[in-house]
Amino acid sequence: MDARRTKSYRFIDLFPAIAAKEKHRLMVRDFYFHHSGPIDLDIESNERVGLSGPSGAGKSLFLRALADLDPHTGELLWNGRSAQSMPGWMWRRHIGLLPSEHSWWYDRVGDHFHSMDEPALKSFGFETDVMEWPVSRLSSGEKQRLAIYRLLCNEPAALLLDEPTANLDAENSRRIEDILARYQLCRQTPLLLVSHDLRQIEKFATRHIEISDGRFVESPMKREEQG
Amino acid sequence: MNVVSLSIFDLFVAAFFVFVVAGLTLSLHLNLGRQILVAAMRTTVQLLSVGFLLKILFEHVHPLWLLLMALVMLLAAAREVMQRQQRRFRGVWGFSAGALSMLVSSFSLTLIALVVIIRNDPWYRPQYAIPLLGMMLGNTMNGIALGLDRLTSGAWQQRSIIENRLMLGQPWNEAIADIRRESMRNGMIPIINAMAIAGLVSLPGMMTGQILAGSPPLEAVKYQILIMFLISSGTGLGVMTAVSVGARRLFDNRDRLCLDRLQAAARG
Repeated sequence: MDARRTKSYRFIDLFPAIAAKEKHRLMVRDFYFHHSGPIDLDIESNERVGLSGPSGAGKSLFLRALADLDPHTGELLWNGRSAQSMPGWMWRRHIGLLPSEHSWWYDRVGDHFHSMDEPALKSFGFETDVMEWPVSRLSSGEKQRLAIYRLLCNEPAALLLDEPTANLDAENSRRIEDILARYQLCRQTPLLLVSHDLRQIEKFATRHIEISDGRFVESPMKREEQG
Repeated sequence: MNVVSLSIFDLFVAAFFVFVVAGLTLSLHLNLGRQILVAAMRTTVQLLSVGFLLKILFEHVHPLWLLLMALVMLLAAAREVMQRQQRRFRGVWGFSAGALSMLVSSFSLTLIALVVIIRNDPWYRPQYAIPLLGMMLGNTMNGIALGLDRLTSGAWQQRSIIENRLMLGQPWNEAIADIRRESMRNGMIPIINAMAIAGLVSLPGMMTGQILAGSPPLEAVKYQILIMFLISSGTGLGVMTAVSVGARRLFDNRDRLCLDRLQAAARG
Protein backbone atom coordinates (compact mmCIF):
# COMPACT_ATOMS: atom_id res chain seq x y z
CA MET A 1 0.00 0.00 0.00
CA ASP A 2 2.94 2.33 -0.56
CA ALA A 3 1.06 4.22 -3.21
CA ARG A 4 -1.12 5.64 -0.46
CA ARG A 5 1.82 7.35 1.15
CA THR A 6 1.28 10.42 -0.99
CA LYS A 7 -2.42 10.65 -0.33
CA SER A 8 -3.80 13.86 1.02
CA TYR A 9 -6.25 14.14 3.84
CA ARG A 10 -9.27 16.33 4.09
CA PHE A 11 -8.68 18.60 7.05
CA ILE A 12 -11.55 19.14 9.42
CA ASP A 13 -12.19 20.77 12.77
CA LEU A 14 -13.39 18.25 15.29
CA PHE A 15 -14.34 20.91 17.83
CA PRO A 16 -15.80 23.90 16.00
CA ALA A 17 -15.63 27.06 18.10
CA ILE A 18 -19.21 27.97 17.41
CA ALA A 19 -21.36 25.24 18.81
CA ALA A 20 -23.81 23.67 16.39
CA LYS A 21 -27.23 25.31 16.60
CA GLU A 22 -28.92 22.34 15.11
CA LYS A 23 -30.29 19.93 17.69
CA HIS A 24 -30.13 16.24 16.97
CA ARG A 25 -32.29 13.50 18.27
CA LEU A 26 -31.99 9.76 18.05
CA MET A 27 -35.35 8.04 18.47
CA VAL A 28 -35.91 4.35 19.04
CA ARG A 29 -39.50 3.17 18.96
CA ASP A 30 -40.98 -0.26 19.54
CA PHE A 31 -37.56 -1.67 18.80
CA TYR A 32 -36.84 -5.40 18.81
CA PHE A 33 -33.43 -6.97 18.21
CA HIS A 34 -32.21 -10.52 18.76
CA HIS A 35 -34.35 -11.61 21.70
CA SER A 36 -34.81 -8.26 23.32
CA GLY A 37 -37.50 -5.66 23.07
CA PRO A 38 -39.68 -3.74 22.84
CA ILE A 39 -37.44 -0.77 23.56
CA ASP A 40 -38.38 2.89 23.40
CA LEU A 41 -35.61 5.38 23.88
CA ASP A 42 -35.00 9.00 22.94
CA ILE A 43 -31.57 10.51 23.13
CA GLU A 44 -31.44 14.27 22.76
CA SER A 45 -28.49 16.27 21.55
CA ASN A 46 -27.52 17.36 25.06
CA GLU A 47 -27.69 13.89 26.54
CA ARG A 48 -25.04 11.38 27.38
CA VAL A 49 -26.74 8.13 28.20
CA GLY A 50 -24.84 5.48 30.10
CA LEU A 51 -25.92 1.89 29.50
CA SER A 52 -24.97 -0.82 31.94
CA GLY A 53 -25.97 -4.35 32.68
CA PRO A 54 -24.51 -7.80 33.25
CA SER A 55 -22.32 -9.19 30.48
CA GLY A 56 -24.38 -11.07 27.96
CA ALA A 57 -27.33 -8.74 28.53
CA GLY A 58 -27.09 -7.55 24.95
CA LYS A 59 -25.50 -4.12 25.37
CA SER A 60 -23.12 -4.52 22.43
CA LEU A 61 -25.81 -6.18 20.33
CA PHE A 62 -28.08 -3.22 21.01
CA LEU A 63 -25.42 -0.83 19.70
CA ARG A 64 -24.94 -3.01 16.62
CA ALA A 65 -28.66 -3.02 15.94
CA LEU A 66 -28.80 0.77 16.37
CA ALA A 67 -26.06 1.04 13.75
CA ASP A 68 -28.23 -1.17 11.52
CA LEU A 69 -25.54 -3.85 11.45
CA ASP A 70 -27.89 -6.49 12.83
CA PRO A 71 -31.49 -7.18 11.90
CA HIS A 72 -34.12 -5.41 13.98
CA THR A 73 -37.73 -4.36 13.80
CA GLY A 74 -39.44 -1.21 14.93
CA GLU A 75 -38.50 2.35 14.22
CA LEU A 76 -35.08 3.88 14.21
CA LEU A 77 -35.17 7.62 13.56
CA TRP A 78 -32.53 10.27 13.19
CA ASN A 79 -34.05 13.75 13.38
CA GLY A 80 -37.24 12.24 12.09
CA ARG A 81 -35.57 10.41 9.21
CA SER A 82 -35.76 6.66 9.42
CA ALA A 83 -32.74 4.43 8.93
CA GLN A 84 -34.56 2.69 6.10
CA SER A 85 -34.83 5.93 4.15
CA MET A 86 -31.10 5.99 3.48
CA PRO A 87 -28.49 3.38 2.50
CA GLY A 88 -26.99 1.44 5.38
CA TRP A 89 -23.57 3.00 5.01
CA MET A 90 -24.99 6.50 5.15
CA TRP A 91 -26.85 5.71 8.35
CA ARG A 92 -23.63 4.38 9.85
CA ARG A 93 -21.80 7.54 8.88
CA HIS A 94 -24.33 9.58 10.85
CA ILE A 95 -24.50 7.15 13.75
CA GLY A 96 -20.88 6.48 14.65
CA LEU A 97 -20.37 3.17 16.41
CA LEU A 98 -17.17 2.48 18.30
CA PRO A 99 -16.88 -1.30 18.80
CA SER A 100 -15.16 -2.71 21.84
CA GLU A 101 -12.53 -4.33 19.64
CA HIS A 102 -10.88 -2.36 16.89
CA SER A 103 -9.49 -3.59 13.62
CA TRP A 104 -6.67 -2.12 11.61
CA TRP A 105 -6.38 -3.50 8.12
CA TYR A 106 -3.60 -1.53 6.46
CA ASP A 107 0.05 -1.60 7.52
CA ARG A 108 0.32 2.12 8.05
CA VAL A 109 -1.79 4.06 10.54
CA GLY A 110 -2.47 6.96 8.20
CA ASP A 111 -3.96 4.73 5.51
CA HIS A 112 -6.99 4.27 7.70
CA PHE A 113 -7.85 7.96 7.50
CA HIS A 114 -9.52 10.02 4.83
CA SER A 115 -9.85 13.15 6.87
CA MET A 116 -8.30 14.42 10.06
CA ASP A 117 -7.85 17.24 12.44
CA GLU A 118 -4.10 17.48 13.03
CA PRO A 119 -4.16 19.85 16.01
CA ALA A 120 -6.68 17.59 17.75
CA LEU A 121 -4.24 14.67 17.57
CA LYS A 122 -2.28 16.30 20.40
CA SER A 123 -5.23 16.12 22.73
CA PHE A 124 -5.34 12.37 22.06
CA GLY A 125 -1.70 12.22 23.12
CA PHE A 126 -0.08 11.82 19.69
CA GLU A 127 2.22 13.79 17.45
CA THR A 128 1.28 14.03 13.77
CA ASP A 129 4.02 11.57 12.80
CA VAL A 130 1.86 8.77 14.24
CA MET A 131 0.22 8.67 10.80
CA GLU A 132 3.49 7.31 9.39
CA TRP A 133 3.77 4.58 12.03
CA PRO A 134 3.17 0.95 11.21
CA VAL A 135 0.13 -0.34 13.02
CA SER A 136 2.24 -3.12 14.54
CA ARG A 137 4.06 -0.50 16.61
CA LEU A 138 0.93 0.60 18.46
CA SER A 139 0.14 -0.61 21.97
CA SER A 140 -3.42 -1.67 22.72
CA GLY A 141 -4.08 1.61 24.52
CA GLU A 142 -2.72 3.59 21.58
CA LYS A 143 -4.89 1.58 19.23
CA GLN A 144 -7.91 2.35 21.34
CA ARG A 145 -7.23 6.09 21.39
CA LEU A 146 -6.57 6.13 17.66
CA ALA A 147 -9.73 4.16 16.98
CA ILE A 148 -11.70 6.86 18.79
CA TYR A 149 -9.87 9.52 16.81
CA ARG A 150 -10.61 7.59 13.61
CA LEU A 151 -14.30 7.48 14.42
CA LEU A 152 -14.50 11.17 15.29
CA CYS A 153 -12.72 12.09 12.06
CA ASN A 154 -15.77 10.67 10.29
CA GLU A 155 -17.70 13.49 11.97
CA PRO A 156 -20.57 11.33 13.19
CA ALA A 157 -23.69 13.14 14.36
CA ALA A 158 -24.36 10.62 17.10
CA LEU A 159 -21.99 8.45 19.10
CA LEU A 160 -22.50 4.86 20.19
CA LEU A 161 -19.51 3.91 22.30
CA ASP A 162 -18.80 0.39 23.50
CA GLU A 163 -16.39 0.52 26.43
CA PRO A 164 -14.34 3.39 24.96
CA THR A 165 -11.82 3.47 27.80
CA ALA A 166 -11.50 -0.24 28.55
CA ASN A 167 -7.81 -0.52 27.61
CA LEU A 168 -6.75 2.85 28.99
CA ASP A 169 -4.97 3.92 32.17
CA ALA A 170 -6.58 6.48 34.45
CA GLU A 171 -4.92 9.48 32.85
CA ASN A 172 -5.79 8.48 29.30
CA SER A 173 -9.33 7.55 30.33
CA ARG A 174 -9.83 11.07 31.64
CA ARG A 175 -8.27 12.47 28.48
CA ILE A 176 -10.67 10.49 26.26
CA GLU A 177 -13.69 11.32 28.41
CA ASP A 178 -12.83 15.03 28.07
CA ILE A 179 -12.48 14.71 24.31
CA LEU A 180 -15.76 12.84 23.93
CA ALA A 181 -17.60 15.35 26.13
CA ARG A 182 -16.11 18.22 24.15
CA TYR A 183 -17.06 16.67 20.83
CA GLN A 184 -20.56 16.04 22.10
CA LEU A 185 -20.95 19.64 23.31
CA CYS A 186 -19.49 21.25 20.19
CA ARG A 187 -21.53 19.17 17.83
CA GLN A 188 -24.64 18.53 19.86
CA THR A 189 -24.45 14.80 19.31
CA PRO A 190 -26.64 12.36 21.20
CA LEU A 191 -24.29 9.96 22.94
CA LEU A 192 -24.79 6.43 24.19
CA LEU A 193 -22.04 4.90 26.29
CA VAL A 194 -21.80 1.24 27.25
CA SER A 195 -19.64 0.73 30.31
CA HIS A 196 -19.04 -1.80 33.01
CA ASP A 197 -17.69 0.96 35.17
CA LEU A 198 -20.61 2.48 37.09
CA ARG A 199 -18.37 5.23 38.39
CA GLN A 200 -17.63 6.26 34.83
CA ILE A 201 -21.35 6.41 34.08
CA GLU A 202 -21.96 8.45 37.24
CA LYS A 203 -19.20 10.84 36.29
CA PHE A 204 -19.65 11.07 32.53
CA ALA A 205 -23.26 10.37 31.67
CA THR A 206 -26.32 12.53 32.18
CA ARG A 207 -28.72 9.60 32.21
CA HIS A 208 -28.28 6.01 33.24
CA ILE A 209 -30.14 3.04 31.83
CA GLU A 210 -29.71 -0.43 33.21
CA ILE A 211 -30.53 -3.60 31.35
CA SER A 212 -31.95 -6.33 33.52
CA ASP A 213 -33.75 -9.39 32.21
CA GLY A 214 -33.86 -7.89 28.74
CA ARG A 215 -35.66 -4.75 29.95
CA PHE A 216 -34.27 -1.24 29.77
CA VAL A 217 -34.82 0.45 33.11
CA GLU A 218 -34.12 4.12 33.70
CA SER A 219 -31.95 4.37 36.77
CA PRO A 220 -31.69 7.64 38.74
CA MET A 221 -28.38 9.48 38.66
CA LYS A 222 -26.88 10.21 42.04
CA ARG A 223 -25.76 13.58 40.78
CA GLU A 224 -28.25 15.36 38.55
CA GLU A 225 -26.18 17.86 36.58
CA GLN A 226 -22.47 18.22 36.15
CA GLY A 227 -19.85 20.44 34.58
CA MET B 1 -1.74 -40.45 -39.09
CA ASN B 2 0.74 -42.87 -37.61
CA VAL B 3 -0.57 -43.35 -34.08
CA VAL B 4 0.89 -46.24 -32.11
CA SER B 5 -2.21 -47.99 -30.87
CA LEU B 6 -2.05 -49.05 -27.23
CA SER B 7 -3.07 -52.51 -26.19
CA ILE B 8 -4.73 -53.47 -22.91
CA PHE B 9 -1.42 -55.03 -21.89
CA ASP B 10 0.36 -51.67 -22.35
CA LEU B 11 -2.03 -50.06 -19.90
CA PHE B 12 -1.51 -52.87 -17.39
CA VAL B 13 2.21 -52.22 -17.45
CA ALA B 14 1.55 -48.58 -16.53
CA ALA B 15 -0.99 -49.65 -13.92
CA PHE B 16 1.67 -51.85 -12.33
CA PHE B 17 3.61 -48.73 -11.33
CA VAL B 18 0.52 -47.25 -9.73
CA PHE B 19 0.24 -50.41 -7.62
CA VAL B 20 3.88 -50.08 -6.65
CA VAL B 21 3.35 -46.49 -5.47
CA ALA B 22 0.18 -47.48 -3.61
CA GLY B 23 2.12 -50.25 -1.88
CA LEU B 24 4.94 -47.88 -0.96
CA THR B 25 2.57 -45.34 0.59
CA LEU B 26 1.06 -48.13 2.60
CA SER B 27 4.41 -49.08 4.08
CA LEU B 28 5.14 -45.42 4.84
CA HIS B 29 1.79 -45.00 6.64
CA LEU B 30 0.75 -42.16 4.34
CA ASN B 31 -2.82 -43.43 4.37
CA LEU B 32 -3.06 -42.82 0.65
CA GLY B 33 -3.10 -46.37 -0.66
CA ARG B 34 -6.85 -46.63 -0.93
CA GLN B 35 -7.20 -43.15 -2.34
CA ILE B 36 -4.66 -43.82 -5.08
CA LEU B 37 -6.38 -47.01 -6.14
CA VAL B 38 -9.84 -45.44 -6.09
CA ALA B 39 -8.58 -42.46 -8.08
CA ALA B 40 -6.92 -44.75 -10.60
CA MET B 41 -10.13 -46.73 -10.96
CA ARG B 42 -12.11 -43.55 -11.42
CA THR B 43 -9.71 -42.35 -14.11
CA THR B 44 -10.10 -45.62 -15.98
CA VAL B 45 -13.88 -45.82 -15.74
CA GLN B 46 -14.55 -42.13 -16.37
CA LEU B 47 -12.21 -41.84 -19.33
CA LEU B 48 -13.45 -45.07 -20.89
CA SER B 49 -17.03 -43.87 -20.61
CA VAL B 50 -16.14 -40.54 -22.13
CA GLY B 51 -14.32 -42.38 -24.89
CA PHE B 52 -17.42 -44.39 -25.73
CA LEU B 53 -19.59 -41.30 -25.42
CA LEU B 54 -17.36 -39.34 -27.77
CA LYS B 55 -17.38 -42.25 -30.21
CA ILE B 56 -21.17 -42.17 -30.29
CA LEU B 57 -21.23 -38.38 -30.42
CA PHE B 58 -18.82 -38.31 -33.37
CA GLU B 59 -21.07 -40.70 -35.25
CA HIS B 60 -24.22 -38.67 -34.61
CA VAL B 61 -23.28 -35.08 -35.30
CA HIS B 62 -26.18 -32.98 -34.09
CA PRO B 63 -26.20 -29.73 -32.10
CA LEU B 64 -28.70 -31.13 -29.63
CA TRP B 65 -26.44 -33.99 -28.54
CA LEU B 66 -23.58 -31.57 -28.25
CA LEU B 67 -25.63 -29.24 -26.11
CA LEU B 68 -26.64 -32.09 -23.84
CA MET B 69 -23.04 -33.16 -23.38
CA ALA B 70 -21.96 -29.57 -22.74
CA LEU B 71 -24.66 -29.19 -20.12
CA VAL B 72 -23.56 -32.31 -18.28
CA MET B 73 -19.99 -31.04 -18.30
CA LEU B 74 -21.08 -27.67 -16.96
CA LEU B 75 -23.10 -29.18 -14.13
CA ALA B 76 -20.23 -31.46 -13.16
CA ALA B 77 -17.83 -28.51 -13.13
CA ALA B 78 -20.21 -26.38 -11.05
CA ARG B 79 -20.58 -29.20 -8.56
CA GLU B 80 -16.82 -29.53 -8.34
CA VAL B 81 -16.44 -25.78 -7.70
CA MET B 82 -18.89 -26.09 -4.83
CA GLN B 83 -17.16 -29.14 -3.39
CA ARG B 84 -13.85 -27.37 -3.22
CA GLN B 85 -15.12 -24.54 -1.01
CA GLN B 86 -14.27 -24.76 2.64
CA ARG B 87 -17.16 -22.39 3.28
CA ARG B 88 -19.71 -22.32 0.55
CA PHE B 89 -22.86 -20.34 -0.04
CA ARG B 90 -26.00 -21.94 1.26
CA GLY B 91 -28.77 -23.04 -1.04
CA VAL B 92 -28.83 -22.55 -4.80
CA TRP B 93 -26.15 -19.87 -4.63
CA GLY B 94 -23.45 -22.37 -3.75
CA PHE B 95 -24.03 -24.07 -7.04
CA SER B 96 -25.24 -21.33 -9.32
CA ALA B 97 -22.56 -18.71 -8.63
CA GLY B 98 -19.99 -21.05 -10.19
CA ALA B 99 -22.32 -22.39 -12.88
CA LEU B 100 -23.38 -18.97 -14.11
CA SER B 101 -19.85 -17.63 -14.18
CA MET B 102 -18.67 -20.61 -16.19
CA LEU B 103 -21.62 -20.25 -18.50
CA VAL B 104 -20.80 -16.65 -19.33
CA SER B 105 -17.07 -17.20 -19.63
CA SER B 106 -16.29 -20.71 -20.88
CA PHE B 107 -19.36 -21.22 -23.03
CA SER B 108 -19.34 -17.87 -24.76
CA LEU B 109 -15.61 -17.97 -25.47
CA THR B 110 -15.75 -21.53 -26.76
CA LEU B 111 -18.62 -20.58 -29.03
CA ILE B 112 -16.73 -17.58 -30.37
CA ALA B 113 -13.65 -19.72 -30.92
CA LEU B 114 -15.63 -22.32 -32.83
CA VAL B 115 -17.56 -19.90 -35.01
CA VAL B 116 -15.05 -17.11 -35.57
CA ILE B 117 -11.62 -18.73 -35.27
CA ILE B 118 -11.79 -22.40 -36.14
CA ARG B 119 -14.74 -22.02 -38.55
CA ASN B 120 -15.52 -25.68 -38.99
CA ASP B 121 -18.43 -26.75 -41.12
CA PRO B 122 -20.66 -27.36 -39.26
CA TRP B 123 -19.31 -25.32 -36.32
CA TYR B 124 -20.68 -27.82 -33.81
CA ARG B 125 -18.46 -30.67 -34.92
CA PRO B 126 -17.98 -32.45 -31.57
CA GLN B 127 -14.40 -33.41 -32.42
CA TYR B 128 -13.48 -29.75 -31.88
CA ALA B 129 -16.25 -28.48 -29.66
CA ILE B 130 -16.05 -31.03 -26.85
CA PRO B 131 -12.29 -31.04 -26.17
CA LEU B 132 -12.20 -27.26 -26.47
CA LEU B 133 -15.04 -26.79 -24.04
CA GLY B 134 -13.53 -29.37 -21.73
CA MET B 135 -10.24 -27.53 -21.49
CA MET B 136 -12.00 -24.21 -21.02
CA LEU B 137 -14.25 -25.57 -18.30
CA GLY B 138 -11.47 -27.41 -16.50
CA ASN B 139 -9.29 -24.32 -16.20
CA THR B 140 -12.09 -21.88 -15.50
CA MET B 141 -13.36 -24.24 -12.84
CA ASN B 142 -9.98 -24.26 -11.12
CA GLY B 143 -9.76 -20.48 -11.15
CA ILE B 144 -13.29 -19.95 -9.91
CA ALA B 145 -12.88 -22.52 -7.16
CA LEU B 146 -9.67 -20.85 -5.97
CA GLY B 147 -11.16 -17.37 -6.17
CA LEU B 148 -14.40 -18.20 -4.38
CA ASP B 149 -12.64 -20.22 -1.72
CA ARG B 150 -10.36 -17.29 -0.96
CA LEU B 151 -13.32 -14.91 -0.91
CA THR B 152 -15.48 -16.89 1.48
CA SER B 153 -12.70 -17.95 3.82
CA GLY B 154 -11.30 -14.42 3.77
CA ALA B 155 -14.64 -12.93 4.71
CA TRP B 156 -15.03 -15.53 7.44
CA GLN B 157 -11.63 -14.86 8.96
CA GLN B 158 -11.72 -11.10 8.58
CA ARG B 159 -15.20 -10.62 9.85
CA SER B 160 -14.22 -8.08 12.48
CA ILE B 161 -12.24 -6.06 9.96
CA ILE B 162 -15.09 -5.96 7.46
CA GLU B 163 -17.59 -5.03 10.14
CA ASN B 164 -15.32 -2.38 11.58
CA ARG B 165 -15.09 -0.87 8.11
CA LEU B 166 -18.86 -0.97 7.81
CA MET B 167 -19.17 0.74 11.19
CA LEU B 168 -17.02 3.55 9.86
CA GLY B 169 -19.59 4.08 7.14
CA GLN B 170 -17.92 2.28 4.25
CA PRO B 171 -20.30 0.81 1.66
CA TRP B 172 -20.15 -2.96 1.25
CA ASN B 173 -18.01 -2.86 -1.88
CA GLU B 174 -15.39 -0.75 -0.13
CA ALA B 175 -15.40 -2.89 2.99
CA ILE B 176 -14.76 -6.07 0.98
CA ALA B 177 -12.53 -4.45 -1.67
CA ASP B 178 -9.21 -5.83 -0.44
CA ILE B 179 -10.49 -9.37 0.01
CA ARG B 180 -12.20 -9.27 -3.35
CA ARG B 181 -9.04 -8.09 -5.07
CA GLU B 182 -6.97 -10.79 -3.39
CA SER B 183 -9.52 -13.44 -4.36
CA MET B 184 -9.53 -12.41 -8.00
CA ARG B 185 -5.75 -12.45 -8.06
CA ASN B 186 -5.72 -15.83 -6.38
CA GLY B 187 -8.03 -17.26 -9.01
CA MET B 188 -6.15 -15.85 -11.97
CA ILE B 189 -2.52 -16.27 -11.00
CA PRO B 190 -2.22 -20.02 -11.76
CA ILE B 191 -3.29 -19.58 -15.36
CA ILE B 192 -1.07 -16.52 -15.81
CA ASN B 193 1.84 -18.54 -14.47
CA ALA B 194 0.96 -21.41 -16.78
CA MET B 195 1.09 -19.04 -19.75
CA ALA B 196 4.39 -17.62 -18.57
CA ILE B 197 6.18 -20.96 -18.29
CA ALA B 198 4.41 -22.83 -21.11
CA GLY B 199 6.95 -24.89 -23.03
CA LEU B 200 9.84 -24.09 -20.71
CA VAL B 201 9.29 -26.66 -18.03
CA SER B 202 6.77 -28.97 -19.56
CA LEU B 203 4.90 -29.23 -22.82
CA PRO B 204 1.22 -28.46 -22.41
CA GLY B 205 -0.93 -31.59 -22.46
CA MET B 206 -2.95 -30.83 -25.55
CA MET B 207 0.08 -30.05 -27.67
CA THR B 208 1.81 -33.17 -26.39
CA GLY B 209 -1.20 -35.21 -27.41
CA GLN B 210 -1.28 -33.76 -30.88
CA ILE B 211 2.42 -34.36 -31.39
CA LEU B 212 2.10 -37.93 -30.11
CA ALA B 213 -0.75 -38.34 -32.58
CA GLY B 214 1.54 -37.28 -35.40
CA SER B 215 0.68 -33.62 -36.00
CA PRO B 216 3.48 -31.37 -37.21
CA PRO B 217 4.88 -29.58 -34.13
CA LEU B 218 4.17 -26.09 -35.44
CA GLU B 219 0.53 -26.89 -36.08
CA ALA B 220 0.27 -28.27 -32.57
CA VAL B 221 1.96 -25.17 -31.19
CA LYS B 222 -0.47 -22.84 -32.96
CA TYR B 223 -3.38 -24.71 -31.47
CA GLN B 224 -1.77 -24.63 -28.06
CA ILE B 225 -1.31 -20.87 -28.25
CA LEU B 226 -4.92 -20.48 -29.25
CA ILE B 227 -5.99 -22.65 -26.33
CA MET B 228 -3.77 -20.79 -23.88
CA PHE B 229 -5.28 -17.47 -24.88
CA LEU B 230 -8.79 -18.85 -24.70
CA ILE B 231 -8.45 -20.51 -21.33
CA SER B 232 -6.66 -17.57 -19.74
CA SER B 233 -9.28 -15.10 -20.91
CA GLY B 234 -12.05 -17.54 -20.01
CA THR B 235 -10.57 -18.05 -16.56
CA GLY B 236 -10.12 -14.32 -16.09
CA LEU B 237 -13.70 -13.53 -17.03
CA GLY B 238 -15.07 -16.42 -15.00
CA VAL B 239 -13.08 -15.56 -11.89
CA MET B 240 -14.01 -11.88 -12.02
CA THR B 241 -17.66 -12.72 -12.52
CA ALA B 242 -17.82 -15.38 -9.81
CA VAL B 243 -15.92 -13.35 -7.21
CA SER B 244 -17.98 -10.22 -7.92
CA VAL B 245 -21.25 -12.10 -7.64
CA GLY B 246 -20.02 -13.88 -4.50
CA ALA B 247 -18.84 -10.66 -2.86
CA ARG B 248 -22.22 -9.02 -3.43
CA ARG B 249 -23.94 -12.06 -2.01
CA LEU B 250 -22.01 -11.69 1.25
CA PHE B 251 -23.98 -8.53 2.03
CA ASP B 252 -27.67 -7.77 2.24
CA ASN B 253 -29.34 -4.62 0.96
CA ARG B 254 -28.60 -2.79 4.24
CA ASP B 255 -24.89 -3.39 3.62
CA ARG B 256 -24.67 -5.88 6.47
CA LEU B 257 -22.18 -8.71 6.33
CA CYS B 258 -24.25 -11.93 6.17
CA LEU B 259 -21.92 -14.77 7.08
CA ASP B 260 -24.96 -16.92 7.82
CA ARG B 261 -25.25 -17.22 4.05
CA LEU B 262 -22.17 -19.46 4.22
CA GLN B 263 -21.97 -22.96 5.55
CA ALA B 264 -18.95 -25.00 6.47
CA ALA B 265 -18.33 -27.99 4.25
CA ALA B 266 -17.51 -31.35 5.69
CA ARG B 267 -13.85 -31.83 4.87
CA GLY B 268 -13.07 -34.86 2.80
